[in-house]
Amino acid sequence: MDILFLLIPMSVVLALAVLGVFAWALHDGQFDDLQREGERILSDEAPRA
Amino acid sequence: MTSSSPLAAPRYDDAPVRLFALASVLWGVVGMAVGALIAAQLAWPDLTFGIPWLSYGRLRPLHTNAVIFAFGGCALFATSYHVVQRTCQVPLFLPALARFTFWGWQLVILLAALTLPMGYTTGKEYAELEWPIDILITLVWVAYAVVFFGTIGVRKVRHIYVANWFFGAFILAVALLHLVNSAEMPVSFWKSYSAYAGVQDAMVQWWYGHNAVGFFLTAGFLGMMYYYIPKQAERPVYSYRLSIVHFWALIFTYMWAGPHHLHYTALPDWAQSVGMLFSLVLLAPSWGGMINGVMTLSGAWHKLRDDPILKFLIVALSFYGMSTFEGPMMSIKTVNALSHYTDWTVGHVHSGALGWVGFITMGSLYYLIPRMFGQVKMYSTKAIELHFWIATLGVVLYIAAMWIAGVMQGLMWRALNPDGTLVYSFVESVKATYPFYVVRLTGGLLYLTGMLVMAWNVVMTVRNGRTAPSSLPTVPVAA
Repeated sequence: MDILFLLIPMSVVLALAVLGVFAWALHDGQFDDLQREGERILSDEAPRA
Repeated sequence: MTSSSPLAAPRYDDAPVRLFALASVLWGVVGMAVGALIAAQLAWPDLTFGIPWLSYGRLRPLHTNAVIFAFGGCALFATSYHVVQRTCQVPLFLPALARFTFWGWQLVILLAALTLPMGYTTGKEYAELEWPIDILITLVWVAYAVVFFGTIGVRKVRHIYVANWFFGAFILAVALLHLVNSAEMPVSFWKSYSAYAGVQDAMVQWWYGHNAVGFFLTAGFLGMMYYYIPKQAERPVYSYRLSIVHFWALIFTYMWAGPHHLHYTALPDWAQSVGMLFSLVLLAPSWGGMINGVMTLSGAWHKLRDDPILKFLIVALSFYGMSTFEGPMMSIKTVNALSHYTDWTVGHVHSGALGWVGFITMGSLYYLIPRMFGQVKMYSTKAIELHFWIATLGVVLYIAAMWIAGVMQGLMWRALNPDGTLVYSFVESVKATYPFYVVRLTGGLLYLTGMLVMAWNVVMTVRNGRTAPSSLPTVPVAA
């Protein structure tokens, strides 16, 4: 099962990368005001003329 | 902004969205028709007079590729291009490249439709296309990633909406899966051998196969769910916080569920158990997301009674909940000992494919298409209602037939006489399955009929519509 020597490290690296992106999102303030972000999409187009 | 018309509001770039949305409907009809044909072949094997091009073995990958990558793929391109522009409040990044992804993807589909019936295949399930097409897929996918992430990069809204996280994870994961699993050595223009051999190849194949389900057929369509359900219900998602948890929990746990496709094979036992464990863990985020989506209607349940588009979207979620319960259950090794290699697996896949992926796509397209053609709603709301009920009946017939057939096959195959010999020969189980194959075909034909109703409705909507560009909100939204 040599393939596991490729797949397992790859999955670990991937999980760490995902963790990194999560840390970025957290520090960037992506999750600071979740209530408002959920509502914002309801008004994303200009009213039609 | 260019200086030519400082007063004109900037416009969303919706041409690629329109093209992909219409292509999705077309390929939906084609892919489901091929599905109905091969379902009929299982009941009546001589249906196509032994013509090699129309044999089951060649048409089955054509069906799966057409419904997953052509119907589902085009719908994902359309909705992700639509959602990323609206939620970031900018037009698409590199519009020309977005058009390249459309024509490139159609070329991939066309080549698949030609090569698969001719018998050119790598033999890897859901990755059958030969190496020249694999290279084309890679080019299109890189372009897709550039357009999508480029649009996020130039966004005007600081927060990245949760649907974009799902679409983004889908794009990146599919790129990785495709590159690793399709590594192959060409021996001629239409023939290659996998870079891996034996059980190694099987492991890579099902690492790919299950993550294709997880990231292509789940994460991508969850992106649709988190945008179009709130839009159609005109309410924010029940808990935006839970949607964030849903995303991160799902992508952290999905990657290692693949070995459950290889229970009781040459794969080491511990790897099988790890696969089963991760599959069981997946139940939690999946049901969290399902409940979150359904509860978006909390306090406005009456909308479900009058609005067939919401019916599609919410019933899609109930099938998502059903198949994400059934899947972990089937990954338990003792259950798998009964269900593996039977039609139960086929039923499980179609409860996810027809019920979840199909319904969420149809609901999203019913929201999207009229708006892309300057209309407020589809040509006929009654036809959407009709489509919904025909399709629901079709799915129920399909999966109930396959459940019964699957459990029956599993029980027949393991039945032993007191002296230890098998009670039934294999062909006896095939014969016993015949009536269920006919019921399954009936379900499939109903589902196809629903899709034809949708195609008619789309044609009428587009004929009455105009491709009026829609503008960004004029009042800038603070970040």
